[in-house]
Amino acid sequence: MRFPTTTSPHVAPANALSQLMRQVLLALIPGSMAAIYFFGWGVLINILLSVAAGLLSEALMLALRGRPLKPFLSDGSVIVSAWLLAVCLPPLAPWWLPVVGISFAVVFAKHLYGGLGYNLFNPAMVGYAVLLVSFPKEMTQWGLPHSLAEHPLGLGESLALVFGGALPPGVAWDGLSGATPLNLYKTELGQGLSWDAMTQAAMFTPWGGIGWQWMALAWLLGGLWLLWQKVITWRIPVSILFTFTVLSLGFHLYDPVHFAPPLFHLLSGGLMLGAFFIATDPVSAATTARGQLIFGAGIGVLVFVIRGFAGFPDGVAFAVLLMNIAAPLIDHYTPAKPFGRHKP
Amino acid sequence: MTERILHRFPGGFHPEQHKSESNATPIRMAGMPAQLVIPLKQHIGATAEVMVKVGERVLRNQRLAKADGYVSAPLHTPTSGVVTAIEERAVPHPSGLYAPCIVLSPDGLDEAMQAFEPWADFGSVSPLLLRERVRDAGVVGLGGAVFPSAVKLAGTPGTPIHTVLLNGAECEPYITCDDRLMRERADEVLRGGQILLHVLGAQTCLVGVEDNKPEAIAALRAALMALGDARFEIVPIPTLYPSGAEKQLIYILTGEKISRERRVTERGFLGHNVATAAAIYRAVVLGEPVTRRVVTLTGSGVQAPGNWDVPLGMLASDLIAQAGGYQPDVARLVFGGPMGGFALATDEVPVTKAANCLLALAAKDAPVEPLPMPCIRCGKCAEGCPVELQPQQMLWDARAGDFERAEKQDSLFECIECGICSAVCPSHIPLVQYFRYAKTEIWQREREHEKSSLARERFEFRNTRIERDKQEREAMLAQKRAQLAAQKVSESPASGVSAGGVSVSGAAPDDKQRAIAEAMARAKARKEAAQAEKQAAPSQDEGTSA
Repeated sequence: MRFPTTTSPHVAPANALSQLMRQVLLALIPGSMAAIYFFGWGVLINILLSVAAGLLSEALMLALRGRPLKPFLSDGSVIVSAWLLAVCLPPLAPWWLPVVGISFAVVFAKHLYGGLGYNLFNPAMVGYAVLLVSFPKEMTQWGLPHSLAEHPLGLGESLALVFGGALPPGVAWDGLSGATPLNLYKTELGQGLSWDAMTQAAMFTPWGGIGWQWMALAWLLGGLWLLWQKVITWRIPVSILFTFTVLSLGFHLYDPVHFAPPLFHLLSGGLMLGAFFIATDPVSAATTARGQLIFGAGIGVLVFVIRGFAGFPDGVAFAVLLMNIAAPLIDHYTPAKPFGRHKP
Repeated sequence: MTERILHRFPGGFHPEQHKSESNATPIRMAGMPAQLVIPLKQHIGATAEVMVKVGERVLRNQRLAKADGYVSAPLHTPTSGVVTAIEERAVPHPSGLYAPCIVLSPDGLDEAMQAFEPWADFGSVSPLLLRERVRDAGVVGLGGAVFPSAVKLAGTPGTPIHTVLLNGAECEPYITCDDRLMRERADEVLRGGQILLHVLGAQTCLVGVEDNKPEAIAALRAALMALGDARFEIVPIPTLYPSGAEKQLIYILTGEKISRERRVTERGFLGHNVATAAAIYRAVVLGEPVTRRVVTLTGSGVQAPGNWDVPLGMLASDLIAQAGGYQPDVARLVFGGPMGGFALATDEVPVTKAANCLLALAAKDAPVEPLPMPCIRCGKCAEGCPVELQPQQMLWDARAGDFERAEKQDSLFECIECGICSAVCPSHIPLVQYFRYAKTEIWQREREHEKSSLARERFEFRNTRIERDKQEREAMLAQKRAQLAAQKVSESPASGVSAGGVSVSGAAPDDKQRAIAEAMARAKARKEAAQAEKQAAPSQDEGTSA
């Protein structure tokens, strides 16, 4: 009797790409729910717009490159990128903002580099950086948390605002949006205000900004679940958070007037999301064990430097992109130490 | 005695076990088929040299072929019968290779001859003789590696062996031949271990068995109790693939990490599979050569999974037919285990000394190779790698054809091809296949490099020879010219000044003789040069054909 032959191993594959991506999407749900709860329907609209535009650009690029559509569209990678970008955008941004961002990310950051697995940079962060430098006004108008907004928008009102730019009658744009805690920290620090004076603002709680700290904790929850599911390893997130905490604590103890305590930083902005979901993107991160620790430490340092001393309020996107550039070099200098080679 | 501290090697993988399908029933004796096909190379090393002729009648245990060289092994016949052919037949090989085989028609009489003198009291036999016996009986590593055991027993001078490891880990899924062997022939395994200790002068024998085989562990412990040998220790180890890889097993049992560059014997260890130990026992104490082995026939593609004591040379198709045949939806036949074994294109290949398992998989369990997706460098492969490599990096370099980087930076040759990286890859990339490809490419390049440097050497030698000949010729001519000039000088004053007639006539025969001697020497040198070239020529032919 004759048999068709294949290469070993002859066991069912233990993992699948689409399965990994599904797990990441699942882990994004708690944080996204918290974001929707505190910042309204705009977040959900962003996610849906971004995913739709992402899938469309992906399909277009696959078709142009003559690649099969089905396996690459169903792997879920573009949905993850689109979702990650969407939750970084201001909740009441005009509809074209997520569309432009994700389209640029998919076309330029992903497919022009060779598609899935070949991109040097994290696509979502490329999209974010492009939007931030191209549309600074739209990108810095964050919706206020519901509890602070004069008139929390319903789904219909949110849609009207996003697609038509129409505000509900009697509501001013200023009553809906405001600076993020990190923005405020940056501007007020620039004006010479002390950390204690800043925390008197309405948006601050004793350990972060209203809504923001819960969102950060929800991202942390999703991240811990990814760790438990072994989708990601501990090295990058732990290295980022450890480095960042040590730095911010040191500076806070040295100069408590001008440097915020670590807890505020950890629970503000995109640090948790970045540490667990963005920096851990395996394609653009370092892959060796020691390399991942260096990669994470680099991001931790850069985020702290950007937040503390540079012009941008948050630094996660730029920190990740800068370390993306360094990842191949880090991998080169941290090669495998095979079994038994540790001792001379 | 203190509890042994076990060590967990890096990486590893928990495949589905599938042991229970085949380990519940005792080993059954396979009936003698109508034909045996015995490949001449069932071991690592040189192909054995045929000792019988077509038409010759042979008896059970008779030697069919002798070892050809140091790293080789003889072959013996499992039953009496007539040699019907010595020809190329399909042998178990990933490529569907044909190789020289002795074809035997058993006559059903099963007439035996005593191959060797039984040495029940092996303790009084010298290690040298025992090693020779192991060699003459054709014992090779029966765990699947089939390296001639006698070569391993010779050891390295200056590095005594202190610990013998009997490997009963059997970490591959599905395979249970060692499990059943340890349950049913534990005494043979341990006595084989005693012989090994005696031959090597070692002090300790550790028997490592994965803890998914409690019955085997109990049987070994019972046998050890009866034997009362304090040098032995039966060690249950956690079930984790590939715990049966030699260096991983040594690490588990002793905490010593030995890199690929070092042989385990350099650190005083020597590992043998439990089935090999049992075969050594039979060779020494019973005087029996290796003519049969236990084969696990299992998988969802066969009617009745189980273990069989099979005569070497029995076709897989005959064995499977005897065991009740295939399931109707059988889709793949694997030689060896599912992680490291290879798929057979046909079942008409013989059971060899390497055949620990024949795995027939039904369509549902035989994954068709899915379209590989791009590598996303998720690192699952690196997490699973038991030798701490970065397979994703090796893949990148192998695919880019950067073999030097794969070898130097990524340590490609440390890869033991356990198959974990391929099994866990979410993109379903056949990583091991890429690594095998890269290794063979590097070997090929090395061979070509050697060939070209040999050719360059030869070319350079030829150039220097031509140059030398030219110089010699010129030197000779110069000498002659000088002689002629000297003659002229000596002639002209001689004619004028002194009566040099005698001296001239006396010099003439000298010159002639010298010229004759020189001519003879030249002819001799030419002849020698021609001969030297002729000797060089065949080696050149060998070089190009190899």
